[in-house]
Amino acid sequence: MGTNPVMDKSMSTTESDLNNANTATVTQPDDRDQLTLEQIAATDNFKSETHDALYQESPIINVKNFNLWYGSKQALFNINMPIAEGQVTALVGPSGCGKSTLLRSVNRINDLIDGLHIDGEMDLNGAPIYDKSVDVIELRKRMGMVFQKPNPFPMSIFENVVYSLRIDGERNKGVLEEVCERSLRGSALWDEVKDRIHESALGLSGGQQQRLCIARAIAAEPEVLLMDEPCSALDPIATGKIEDLVEELRGEYTILMVTHNMQQASRASNYTAFMYLGRLVEYGPTRDIFTNPHLRPTEDYISGRFG
Amino acid sequence: MSTTLTEPNNKPALPRETIRQSMSSRKKTRGNRGGRSLLAKGEPMLWLTGGGLIVAVVMIIALLALVIVQGMVTFWPKHVDQFVLKNGTVHMGEITRDDTYKPEVGVLDSLPAEVQTDIANNEGWAHRELVRTGNFDLTNSHFHWVEDFYIESRSQPQWATVIERNAWGRFYGMPKAFMIDGKVVADTPEGTWAEFLKHHDQVRERWHVRRALEKHDIGYESRKIDDARLELKSAKIEHGVDSPQYRDAQTNYDAVDAEVNVAYGKIREKINALNAENDKYQLVMVTTQGQEKQLGLADVVRAYQPNQIGFGSKLGIYVSRWWEFLTDEPREANSEGGVFPAIFGTVAMTLIMSLMVVPFGVLASLYLREYAKAGPMISAVRIAINNLAGVPSIVFGVFGLGFFCYVVGGTIDEVFFKASLPNPTFGTGGLLWAALTLALLTLPVVIVSTEEALAAVPGSMREGSYGCGASKWQTIRRIVLPRAMPGVMTGAILAMARGAGEVAPLMLVGAVKLAPELPIDGVYPFLHAQRSFMHLGFHVYDLGFQSQNAEAAKPMVFTTTLLLIMIVAFLNLFAIWLRARLRRKFVSSQF
Repeated sequence: MGTNPVMDKSMSTTESDLNNANTATVTQPDDRDQLTLEQIAATDNFKSETHDALYQESPIINVKNFNLWYGSKQALFNINMPIAEGQVTALVGPSGCGKSTLLRSVNRINDLIDGLHIDGEMDLNGAPIYDKSVDVIELRKRMGMVFQKPNPFPMSIFENVVYSLRIDGERNKGVLEEVCERSLRGSALWDEVKDRIHESALGLSGGQQQRLCIARAIAAEPEVLLMDEPCSALDPIATGKIEDLVEELRGEYTILMVTHNMQQASRASNYTAFMYLGRLVEYGPTRDIFTNPHLRPTEDYISGRFG
Repeated sequence: MSTTLTEPNNKPALPRETIRQSMSSRKKTRGNRGGRSLLAKGEPMLWLTGGGLIVAVVMIIALLALVIVQGMVTFWPKHVDQFVLKNGTVHMGEITRDDTYKPEVGVLDSLPAEVQTDIANNEGWAHRELVRTGNFDLTNSHFHWVEDFYIESRSQPQWATVIERNAWGRFYGMPKAFMIDGKVVADTPEGTWAEFLKHHDQVRERWHVRRALEKHDIGYESRKIDDARLELKSAKIEHGVDSPQYRDAQTNYDAVDAEVNVAYGKIREKINALNAENDKYQLVMVTTQGQEKQLGLADVVRAYQPNQIGFGSKLGIYVSRWWEFLTDEPREANSEGGVFPAIFGTVAMTLIMSLMVVPFGVLASLYLREYAKAGPMISAVRIAINNLAGVPSIVFGVFGLGFFCYVVGGTIDEVFFKASLPNPTFGTGGLLWAALTLALLTLPVVIVSTEEALAAVPGSMREGSYGCGASKWQTIRRIVLPRAMPGVMTGAILAMARGAGEVAPLMLVGAVKLAPELPIDGVYPFLHAQRSFMHLGFHVYDLGFQSQNAEAAKPMVFTTTLLLIMIVAFLNLFAIWLRARLRRKFVSSQF
């Protein structure tokens, strides 16, 4: 540890710094325990409560002073967030808090939206994500993405899985078949579909479709797996399977997952980040966030007293 | 601000009791009125919408029924009636139609008193029939009106014969004699008819051979001499009269000329031999007016006695007429014979048009929907495209003539076909220019439906593709376009339906009354896109409004319309089948 100067800097953040940095109209109480959500929501550059345990991890993605606007509406406020390599990080918070926006900023799929602009930095393994020299296509190939609703392409299961190889021009049948099997095994779908991988992917059940999307996402062996509420369109059994899968993929992949489901976050993730109205409120090991949160609003949200 | 706040206080306060009463009474009225409000129940809207649909369906069915019934009966052999009029005139022919009319006063006065009373009792209306009497070469008219009050007697003579001829339209008469080589071999109707049946097929066979010789063999030779002449001319233009190239071309031309002349001579010999053989067979007919007419057997396309043949034979004639209609060339100013060149031209033009408009339209809508940033400019372009669909088609015809034929075609002629100037090659209406003009005309249809199809591709599909690291074009090609394909097909279907039925612009850019050659044949380069062509829609117009023999052409209008509708329906069914196949791919068992 300590190799990353940015990390060290954020480690040195103290509460007095926080007060100095605050130019918001609402005065913050000295005791951060007493912060209310209203006060947080009124602060443009809120310094989030990041637990020390995170600074012990080596970050694969580092978000620094990240702001994002849809047109004139600001959606993300001064996000600072290191994401631990090989771990599962869950983003929780009420609807519209910017979880998905943050997730979709990581692989720059938000770029497709008109009128979007950002400020601040984001690094992947130390290399900037938002830089003119970055090839967005190459960047996205390094990150797999799984969406809220299963979105298999209208082609065979096989073609779905090897899609990212196909667009790279891979023609070798042996390679494609090997990748297909490996990815389908990786997403725990192989045994269910091995006899019909050349049939349409649209014939699968919802849960199978979502696991197929995960297979598709891991086919290119990405560094990071981004999951945007991967279970919200699934029934509990399919959800359980996806959670088991996340458990298995942990370590091999860094997983950043948005979820609405507190239980899911507590079951499946190592780290949990609580967001509110575009601010990262509290971020720490899942167990701490759920059992011993530093901030009162976090506790309220986790325990279901609000939201 | 303060006044508005205080306003409610100024109102006289209602006693609580009154409010309660008024509320309860309101409740009651609402309960009672619930059943009375028709609009609330939706019934009037049901009737309105259903009524709208019924009106549309009735109109479509009526139109189709008219076209189908009229189109189907055209070729059915009708019986032949003979009318003896009171003044001794005899008319014989098929009854085409009848109507009631008001005879002029002069005519009425000349009639016997009882007939006058009959007509007067009928409020001045009299009945008459239009009889197709044919024999234009003898009587100078194809049809006669026969008024009921002039008829002395009517009958259906057993030997009344209908003859369809290569020229002069139909002939109605009785068989009188059959001559071979100037000698009478039969002089009774039965004998004559037996001889006719015996020889007709062979004679027609020889006639077909002769026509093929005239068309293909002579055409082939004349193309050779034309090519040589063009070479000579281009040598003159490029190198001058004194150049060795010109002299070579001249020598070549002379050689080809001599060769072709020899070939011509041989073909002519063959033709003359066939004609001489055919001329031996002569059918002598006599009309009801007593005029005799000698018909070369080769000129007789089809002949039959409608009053004595049975249903089977009539069906045979009916089928053979349809076959001729579908496969043969027109004769008698298009009012008889077939429409094969028109079918061919229509289908060829529609297909070429589709091949041009679909890729072009898809590219344009891809840019509009996928690449262009939404803004006033794009909105303006989109509105302009939609308005293009409302431009009268004749305007497209004028544009096609001015731009494609004269500017583009003229330039092509200047550059590539200098030798044949001043005769235009591409610089005049032709299949290619007509297809391009109609492609332009139908472009909005394709663009609008493709755009809708592109917009309907779920964003999640695109995101999934981008998420896999696909570029924009890869996403479009692999995900968006396949998904939008059924919508593109819908556009193509609509474009084909519109294009195949369009006539006005075609009149300016290449459709003709009678095209000497098909635009596709066995001669290199096989597709002669510069040639003018026949089109069923134009054929309908030509038959209906330009024909010398309008009454005879009228049934053909219906038949041709029926055929055009069937071709469009067939093309559409094919495209719909293709679309259904594409769609099946995207049906998910989920959601």
